Amino acid sequence: MRKLLKALIIIITIAPSVSQAQTDIDAIMMEKNQLCIGPMYSHSSWKNYWEGTMKRDNQNLGTVSTQLFSVMGAYGLSSKLNLLFNVPYIKTKASAGTLSGMKGVQDLSFFIKYMPVEKQIGPGTFSIYAIGGASFPLTNYVADFMPLSIGMHSKTASARLMLDYQVKHLFFTGSATYTWRDNIKIDRTAYYTTEMHLTNEVEMPNANNLNFRAGYRSSKLIAEAIVNKATTLGGFDITRNNMPFPSNKMDATIVGVNVKYVVTQNHNLSLVGGGNTTVAGRNVGQATTWYGAVFYILDFTHKAKQTSNSGKTN
Amino acid sequence: MNKKIFFSYLVSIVVVIAIVVACNKDVVGRTDNIAALQPTNTDDNAGTWKPILLTAPTDIVVAAPIATSAPDYILQISEIKSFQANITSEDQKLINYWSAGAVLRWNEILRDLVAKHNLPPYQNADGTYPTPSVSNPLAYPQFPFSNPPYAARAYAYVSAAQYDALVTAWYYKKQFNRPAPYTVDATLKVLVPKSALPSYPSEDAVVEGAAVEMLKLLFPGDQEYITEKAAGHKKARLMCGANVRSDIEAGEALGKAVAQKFQARARGDRAGAAVGSPTIWAKIVSDCRVRGDSPWVSLDAPARPPMLPVFGKTKAFLFDSLTAISLRPLPPPAVGSEQMKIETEEIYQYVKNPTRERIAIVHFWADGAGTYTPPGHWDAIAAEDFIKKNFSEVRWARNMALVNMSLMDAAVVCWDTKNYYFNPRPTQLNPNIKTLTGIPNFPAYISGHSTFSGAAATILGHIIPERATDYANMAQQASMSRMYGGIHFRSDCAVGLVVGKNVGNYAIQRALTDGAE
Repeated sequence: MRKLLKALIIIITIAPSVSQAQTDIDAIMMEKNQLCIGPMYSHSSWKNYWEGTMKRDNQNLGTVSTQLFSVMGAYGLSSKLNLLFNVPYIKTKASAGTLSGMKGVQDLSFFIKYMPVEKQIGPGTFSIYAIGGASFPLTNYVADFMPLSIGMHSKTASARLMLDYQVKHLFFTGSATYTWRDNIKIDRTAYYTTEMHLTNEVEMPNANNLNFRAGYRSSKLIAEAIVNKATTLGGFDITRNNMPFPSNKMDATIVGVNVKYVVTQNHNLSLVGGGNTTVAGRNVGQATTWYGAVFYILDFTHKAKQTSNSGKTN
Repeated sequence: MNKKIFFSYLVSIVVVIAIVVACNKDVVGRTDNIAALQPTNTDDNAGTWKPILLTAPTDIVVAAPIATSAPDYILQISEIKSFQANITSEDQKLINYWSAGAVLRWNEILRDLVAKHNLPPYQNADGTYPTPSVSNPLAYPQFPFSNPPYAARAYAYVSAAQYDALVTAWYYKKQFNRPAPYTVDATLKVLVPKSALPSYPSEDAVVEGAAVEMLKLLFPGDQEYITEKAAGHKKARLMCGANVRSDIEAGEALGKAVAQKFQARARGDRAGAAVGSPTIWAKIVSDCRVRGDSPWVSLDAPARPPMLPVFGKTKAFLFDSLTAISLRPLPPPAVGSEQMKIETEEIYQYVKNPTRERIAIVHFWADGAGTYTPPGHWDAIAAEDFIKKNFSEVRWARNMALVNMSLMDAAVVCWDTKNYYFNPRPTQLNPNIKTLTGIPNFPAYISGHSTFSGAAATILGHIIPERATDYANMAQQASMSRMYGGIHFRSDCAVGLVVGKNVGNYAIQRALTDGAE
């Protein structure tokens, strides 16, 4: 159950960044007045999960899968300042057992991405990014039905520092993120964590995230490998054979690959795809995820700007 | 770029982040900071109320206290003063917590223990399931698995023992009439509301002693936690000046002595055999087939034996075993009947397109694994209403005992019915029925939630008549929640409510004759 949640967290907060270009967690900036927008589909599933630190399966869940359909976009307020957003619709299902899957529109997340520094250092280009993000639920979906709930229903705010270094077409990006998560309200009036709580309000632990990505980057093609480590700062373990709960401690380390291919001459259309898998976790599903997206760039200036051939802009 | 726009975006993002970050995340429980209990009526004559198990208060002998002029008593006053001279903010918190009411707090502690232990054991490698062992409570699976019948019985025993112990305490309070320490020594500070009640034996220690002794039997693996709570309770009552040490010691001994009588009853109430055996499980199935019906099958994987199938033979509090059987309702619609087809389709329609409002109702009342169970939910409802009533401790205990005996006896009749008819769940008859909460691992007819809720709402409506309609509506909603969730048929729920009401009426009969009204 918690695994699903973990998977969801990954998909919701990390996957957009690990998966596509022009996201809140890559070193790609849109040019001024350009809007890059498109649909994304992702499929994530797990059979095994970590109950606390112990890995197990659950015959009453079988394989838990999550499908995500979203619209993502990035807009260049300037070549140094971008606004990004993401709105997912999520659908969950368990292949065994009797529990019903859930579906619905989840959280609107948006980010402001600022690149204050971009300069030549040694043989390559070094850049620094500061990214602020926020998200809030768009619907009154159910959080307390893990692992089949579609999200946590928590308002969040995040702050990220990201560094990028590119030599010719090879790059390395590293980032660290801190995410504040607001308390949530659930449908029941009492719940047990490591003690009884006589309230419908749940204190959500904050989280941090480390992300490293490296690979090839040109204006036509980006191919990268990523490692992402998400950690909740607090929370409790799922007890033996218990159900997961939104305020569990949920950690996951995933590895994956992403590819972005620019189809047309003028760089307007790009295809993005990739996959990742969970290599370590705690109170989360050992999820494997793949995704695909199509992005189109709309230019709102009178004259389209020439993009640099480094691939760092679109 | 435009600096103004840049600035305004930056500011708005910072503001959003600041709002989330600045949110106070401390979660406060509904009863965390409630006022100290100040009973509107001390129920001076409660020593004459009818006990549940004892024949009379004099079944328990409480020694006469030492005189308030005795040097040892003066020393006990000094002990309080020395506590108060060094009081910390932690001490003050402890005093505030316990001053809300002894019966309330021990009921909350019990709900905590029930929730902690309400987890079905994980299967063995061969697909069978281990059973918790009372003699080895800390080994996995820990003892107990405090499922709804187990929990209902635990709440009933603790409440009933506290009630009998408090009736006895009130009897001796009147007999010995030793004033509270702050009455004896006017210079003594008192950190809780004063009471005109004689303080020997301490009603708080009576409640604590009864709880601690009962919980040794019911939650043997949690003694450290329970002992720590008990120590805090006793310390709080000393520090606040409500009791001297001899009040506490006499009260605790009295509570334990009464609880030991309830322990003896519990050991002989047949609940210990409620798990059954493979032979018994097979016989329940074949009996169902002999009657010409299709038996329930476990929808857990691997299939799990039914939960406490012999709990229906447990000795009830409010009626004898023949009455318990007479409360068993007529059979449900036969599995192959037209009526059952209609009822199955009704549930399928509920789960096919659930509304958010219905899901909220399902989850509000689900009280499944890892929770304090439906009886615990009704205890929470009762307790939060009793708080507003400012009952004396003895009336608190009496009312909680009435509620919890109803809930336990509802479990007895309900589990008897379930395992007599052994009727399938909706998903067994139509696998397309996916549920919005876990399917409990026992037969459907009659709904436990409905039986519990019918019983609790009935006795609560008697105790607090102005809320009777609210309780009835809550019971109705709890009952319907099981249909919305896809785990019960309408017959299970409607009949369950009626059976629950019938059980609750026995509690009303007791309430009318116990001397408290």
